Amino acid sequence: MFGRDEKVSSIRLTAVQYIILIIFMILAYGLWRLQVMQSDFYAQLAEKNRIRNVPILAPRGKILDRQGRVIVDNYPSFSALLLRDSTRDLNADADVIAQGLHLEPKEVRDRIRKFTSMPQYQPIFLKDDITPDELAFIESHKNELPELDTIMAHRRLYPRNGFMAHLVGYVGEVTETMLNQPQFEFYNPGDVVGVSGVEKQYNQILMGQNGSRRALVDSRGKEMGRLDETPAVPGKQLKLTIDIDLQIAAEEALAGKNGAVVAMDPRNGEILAMVSRPTFDPNDFAVRVSRDEWNKLVNDPDKPLLNKAIQAQLAPGSTFKIIMSVAGWQENIAQTLNVHCTGGATFYGRRFGCWVKGGHGPVDFTKAIYQSCDVFFYTLAEKLGIDRIAKYATALGLGQKTGIDLPNEVSGVMPSEEWKIRNFKQKWFAGETISVGIGQGAIATTPVQLIRAISAISMDGRMVVPHVVNPTELPTGVVDVQRYTEVKTVPIDSAGYTTITDAMARVLLPEGTAPSAHIPGIDIAGKTGSAQIVSLALRAKHANDDDFAQNGWFVGFTPRRNPEIIVCVLFEGGEHGKLAARLATQVIKAYVDKQNRQPTKMAKDGAKVDVGALWTAPDEDGKENNGIGAGHFVVEASKKKPPLAAAAPGLQ
Amino acid sequence: MSRYVSYRDFDWLLIIFVLMICAIGVFEIQSATVHTKFAGAHIKQLYWIVGGLIGMFLVSLLNYQALLEQVHWMYIGAIASLMSVMIFGQKYLGARRWIKMPGGQHFQPSEWVKLILILAVAKYFADMHHRDLSWSDFIKAGAIVGIPMLMVLAQPDLGTALTYMPIALMGLFLGGVRLKQALIVLIIAGSVMPLAWHKLKPYQKDRLISFMEPEADKQGSGYQVIQSKIAVGSGGIWGGTGTQTHLSYLPVPQTDFIFAAFSEEHGFVGALGVLLLYFIVLMRLTQNAQTAPDRAGTFVVMGVVAVLSFHILVNVGMVVGFMPVTGIPLPLMSYGGSSVLFMFLALGMVMNVRMRRFVN
Repeated sequence: MFGRDEKVSSIRLTAVQYIILIIFMILAYGLWRLQVMQSDFYAQLAEKNRIRNVPILAPRGKILDRQGRVIVDNYPSFSALLLRDSTRDLNADADVIAQGLHLEPKEVRDRIRKFTSMPQYQPIFLKDDITPDELAFIESHKNELPELDTIMAHRRLYPRNGFMAHLVGYVGEVTETMLNQPQFEFYNPGDVVGVSGVEKQYNQILMGQNGSRRALVDSRGKEMGRLDETPAVPGKQLKLTIDIDLQIAAEEALAGKNGAVVAMDPRNGEILAMVSRPTFDPNDFAVRVSRDEWNKLVNDPDKPLLNKAIQAQLAPGSTFKIIMSVAGWQENIAQTLNVHCTGGATFYGRRFGCWVKGGHGPVDFTKAIYQSCDVFFYTLAEKLGIDRIAKYATALGLGQKTGIDLPNEVSGVMPSEEWKIRNFKQKWFAGETISVGIGQGAIATTPVQLIRAISAISMDGRMVVPHVVNPTELPTGVVDVQRYTEVKTVPIDSAGYTTITDAMARVLLPEGTAPSAHIPGIDIAGKTGSAQIVSLALRAKHANDDDFAQNGWFVGFTPRRNPEIIVCVLFEGGEHGKLAARLATQVIKAYVDKQNRQPTKMAKDGAKVDVGALWTAPDEDGKENNGIGAGHFVVEASKKKPPLAAAAPGLQ
Repeated sequence: MSRYVSYRDFDWLLIIFVLMICAIGVFEIQSATVHTKFAGAHIKQLYWIVGGLIGMFLVSLLNYQALLEQVHWMYIGAIASLMSVMIFGQKYLGARRWIKMPGGQHFQPSEWVKLILILAVAKYFADMHHRDLSWSDFIKAGAIVGIPMLMVLAQPDLGTALTYMPIALMGLFLGGVRLKQALIVLIIAGSVMPLAWHKLKPYQKDRLISFMEPEADKQGSGYQVIQSKIAVGSGGIWGGTGTQTHLSYLPVPQTDFIFAAFSEEHGFVGALGVLLLYFIVLMRLTQNAQTAPDRAGTFVVMGVVAVLSFHILVNVGMVVGFMPVTGIPLPLMSYGGSSVLFMFLALGMVMNVRMRRFVN
């Protein structure tokens, strides 16, 4: 009978033993998988757990002007932190802390509460950019308030009041969309990069390379030890071609007005000054700009964020007549053209008016330029036809980007028959050519384009590439030096060149259109322009509403042959080109004044210098101070030290 | 029954291997807690081990067969104690598992109940009069284990409740369950599973989910599994420096994850060695079961084998990522008084059986 003594089936017992064996083999396999097969993978994860990379931030390079004067620098900015892994009652200290940091106690408490769910090793940021007295408060209360700490970061310091804001640009944290682009593949979230202007264009040079400090941490994030450290590589400084003195003059000239000023050296394309108005303060962006402020800037109809020097494409008005002049001369039409201006003319059944209602009377090529006679240029335009005009204008760079080393340049518009068909699927009407003749109609230029075109004409056909950084001063390989130093030649007949520049020099004389801008002693050649935004009829309807006021243009250079400086002014709403001219000549005067102040008569090494001198000397009787001696000597300048005072032979 | 028992019949070999495992446990606890607030836990563990050894000796003195005669009373006592937990129990960590005794000690009945269950199941199957299991036998056996299991489940303590199951399974298997019966039960269990899923508490669901996909919740339930695998894996073949344990990345290294801490420090070689020790212990136990004088003895020892194997499977399985996180300790190594005591008392029962193997 099956009873208590009946043994348990030995088969089943053995089966249990085998089941246990299988279980253990499965477990052993699990261990094998982790510890032998995937050991490296997990070792790496273990490393990741326990090693924290703390970045050492690299300071950004300074931006200097052509003489090495600092325009943009960094300043150390301190943020106040509240550490949470101490045993102190933070809420009890909140009042004292708030007082010392000029915050509301409620604000401090709110922040403490908001952070309670975060891990303890994460500190609370109380305040960014604290003032020196707040910093002193924290430092002096290290014993009573050990939970307060500071962290330092470098912040960009830009000139105040939006000085050079558009040219310099500003920095910001790299965005997600940017990180996805190939050129940003080496950047990390949180990196600060240039977002506009020079800061963006030359970010690679200005931005240093962050270092890192590797620290051993436990699971609560507490640092247990330091491993190694890679130091940060600071950014390199960048020298611009800008001259601060001229920039100041340009900014003052345009103060309170809207528009742009560009000053350039026509011999090499170096930009000496660039202003755009209205402006904004990039220091606001360097900390953090509020959404409201940003929206205000973006939606402002005067477009303060736009760098009008390179991004405003507007009708150039009568300044275009210079390009027309070149076209007309090269096609052998303008030099012999004579019209009788009665205040207007009819072309293709339409009447086109001249800005002098009564007309200029008989006008030849030269008078047409310095008197800016519209009828002459209407006629010239009709004879040339749009394609020939476009040929010369395009050769002078209109309708294309200049290639200046700033981001977001626009190309303007230079119409032609092909352009019209391509963009509007319509034929170009001959009547449209007439307006183009005086720089109205479909044509649109930026100040930089205009300055380059006129500069080419002023340099007898040598067209340069405008740039704000001298490429030879950059480390090799950063930019294609050739791109900025190449000089194109636009063929201009030398007789045409002299005639046109002489005519332009008369613009600032009493017979010209901008005599009030004349500066005695300076030979300035230029051209005024008053560009309509809307038709005169429409303007009259709105009783000369300011919104529809004409833009005043002026481009001028000095001296008239082999000029050293050329300035272009766009005065939005300025109505008359002569007002723009006055602004431009302010800048030119600043340049000339500065040139005159230069000690150009400094003795060079080893050269011989003529010195004339008068001195008191005892006369032949030996009595003091009764005689004056005089002499003329040739002194050799010492190679080592320029002579501050040379002892003339015979002088003690 | 004559008591011709002598201490020569004590299974010294078994004790040696058991103590080896305990020693490894103590050293690992010490290493894992050395800079934490649990430092000194290894000393406490030593006390428990010594206490356990004493208990083991005491239990082996009794005659298990006499014990088995009284098992009905013990069973009633077990149910009563579980009921008193449900009524008077203290809530701790979200579960009602403890009763506060006068004197301030905490008493966790569920471990005692396990011991009694082993005996109860052994008695039941020992008294069976036929070779194969009938359905009524099946259900009765299920009830013996099932009722206390449900009571523990209600505490709620899913982990401990699950440890009752191997006792039933082992009993059924050795008691002669037929293949057909087993399959039918499995199918029923499978269809009941969705219902069971709904009855699970959220954190239990979380644990199962993070078992399937630990990466899904790196900071929560998945964290423990991931950290355990990292610790184990980074141990390599020969062991590492134990950074994960020492820098507190490995959670509860002295209790549930002690095997992970050990594996990190001693690598594949060490971990396999410990598994080998456990295997030897289990095989030794089975041998004692085979030489038991009667069926009851066999069932008692195999019940212990079942519980021990289950714990190892679930704990080590969890450490290497094969099982969800359950809070089941590794017997003899994990820090914890009730687990240590239970094991030694159970081993005492095994000694009990072995020592009487020549007695008729």
